[in-house]
Amino acid sequence: MNAFATPPRAKGQTLWEEMQARGVDRRDFVKFCAWMGAFLGLEASGVAQVVKALETKKRLPVVWLHFQECTCCSESFIRSSHPIVADILLDQVSLDYTETLQAAAGHQAEECLHKTMKEHRGEYLLMVEGSVPTADDGIHCVIAGRTALDIAREAADGAKAIIAWGNCACAGCVQAASPNPTSATPIDKVVTGKPVIKVQGCPPIAEVMAGVIVHLLTFDRIPQLDALGRPKAFYSRRVHDTCYRRPYYDAGLFVESFDDENARRGYCLYKMGCRGPTTYNACGTMRWNAGVSYPIQSGHGCIGCSEAKFWDNGPFYQRLASFPGFGIETTADTVGMAVGAATVAGAAAHAILTNIRKHHAIGEQAGESAADEAPPPAVDPHPEQRKED
Amino acid sequence: MFKRVYVWQLPVRFYHWLNALCILVLAVTGILIAHPPALSSASEASFSYWFGVNRFIHFATAYVFLFNFAFRIYWGFVGNQYSDWHNFLPFRRAQFREVGKVLRVDILQAVDKPVHAVGHNALAYFTYFAMFLVFVFQVVSGFAMYASMSDFWFPQLFAWAVPLFGGDFAIRQWHYLATWFFILFTVVHVYLVFYHDYVEGHGVMSSMVGGWKFLPKDEAPPAKPATPASGATAGATKSP
Ligand code: SF4
Repeated sequence: MNAFATPPRAKGQTLWEEMQARGVDRRDFVKFCAWMGAFLGLEASGVAQVVKALETKKRLPVVWLHFQECTCCSESFIRSSHPIVADILLDQVSLDYTETLQAAAGHQAEECLHKTMKEHRGEYLLMVEGSVPTADDGIHCVIAGRTALDIAREAADGAKAIIAWGNCACAGCVQAASPNPTSATPIDKVVTGKPVIKVQGCPPIAEVMAGVIVHLLTFDRIPQLDALGRPKAFYSRRVHDTCYRRPYYDAGLFVESFDDENARRGYCLYKMGCRGPTTYNACGTMRWNAGVSYPIQSGHGCIGCSEAKFWDNGPFYQRLASFPGFGIETTADTVGMAVGAATVAGAAAHAILTNIRKHHAIGEQAGESAADEAPPPAVDPHPEQRKED
Repeated sequence: MFKRVYVWQLPVRFYHWLNALCILVLAVTGILIAHPPALSSASEASFSYWFGVNRFIHFATAYVFLFNFAFRIYWGFVGNQYSDWHNFLPFRRAQFREVGKVLRVDILQAVDKPVHAVGHNALAYFTYFAMFLVFVFQVVSGFAMYASMSDFWFPQLFAWAVPLFGGDFAIRQWHYLATWFFILFTVVHVYLVFYHDYVEGHGVMSSMVGGWKFLPKDEAPPAKPATPASGATAGATKSP
């Protein structure tokens, strides 16, 4: 296997060639591949596959659509800690159309989009950022005179696969939060028949996004997904499972308020509403901004941004979600206590009522047994039958 | 005169008390998981593991609870007429009539005449069936949450429930809410046992220990009941 050897120089458009043109040397290129291989959880031998793929595979046509979103996914991606991700992978994947980053505008941009969709039909990768509003025939998000719903369906039709970036495209995020006025809908609910890779998070971690693209480039197939459609390589562990504060959790040592002694000691943020135990993401291992930190390391609980409906599962600073319709402070406990008190009161009332209404029946039995006992029989004719006391 | 009737076989009684113990342990450890007490310690976290142990007890007890429940279902097919599974489902008009009677006699107390029962009354059987459904829900939701922490194949059988609920958070929320059902159920259950024992004097309370109930001679079932399934109606009426 000579995957690490410098391949013959050839004119073309593989990632490696592009990197060379930009002055990236072989060492950095292989380092990048090893780094990506590690993120993807590949074996050491798998790195050679990544190297090979990035050397030989032609550019992948990509259409990146933006719907109801805040663009934080794009922002996260272009701020990846590794320059190769932002500068070269973006070129490599050949963003034929993306509203935020493209130079073209208006008719030119539209032309570009349609050209890609026609020329690379069945080959291009559709990346979607943002949710699709379906209320009122989808008029709440209109681009170039067409609704997001329309555009998404058309673009999905000729796509090889779909990557849903971020919580908006995966689960609707804040637009879909109750009462969801625009009926914001995740992409997999508006298109059918195409594989959808959900790269969850608000936004997803840049390296996770890059990792998913590298996986697709390298292996030419959809990465293994969990039951909710997220790539297992990054979303199979809970934030809680990789959290460095976990020993405090297991020791039952918790922060009680953000300004207490326990917070200073760096205890677990569970009681401050940390969603780590119910959130699947790679924050604990990859962290953010080149591995500098992540919310819990910065003293704030996880808000569960890679889980569906995380806005509705609030408030963020309380472990239990509040119950809809009862006011913000009402949790399952408040409801339980109220029903419990009512139950105890009901039982007590019933007990009093019993003594009033049933005194006859109770008295009758008491009398019965007294009467039974009056003449004690010398020999019990039925030993298996007992008398009541 | 009262006649002694053997109602609850040993396996049923064993199931009942093991189940009660499991629910107690699960509820206490579960509520501790949801609301751990405030502690402060300057020592190293690695010296202490009480919360981990607490969770372990919860998970281990869940297995006992599940298999005990599975055993009870099995016993519904092989046990005596009072523990037979037919009683728990509404198959006959008589069961509904009995529910009405129980409501009038015991809940509204419109009639001052206790109706004597052998097994549970129809309303109680139905309530227990609803409780079994909550058991199933707790087992499914609990093991679904547990699946991602375990390499064992068994919890994985429940992993499908996570996407059904939309994520772990929602499952956790419902799993927690269902705990309250057990708390409320216990309040009502224990009260009604006291009530029936007090009003009817059938020895309901001790029947779950020794298995025997005491019924007025004329109300007691014949010594050799015809078919197991007919048991509920034969002598049915009340007791929780
Ligand atoms: S801070 Fe959050 S993620 Fe970390 S151990 Fe505590 S509960 Fe788990």
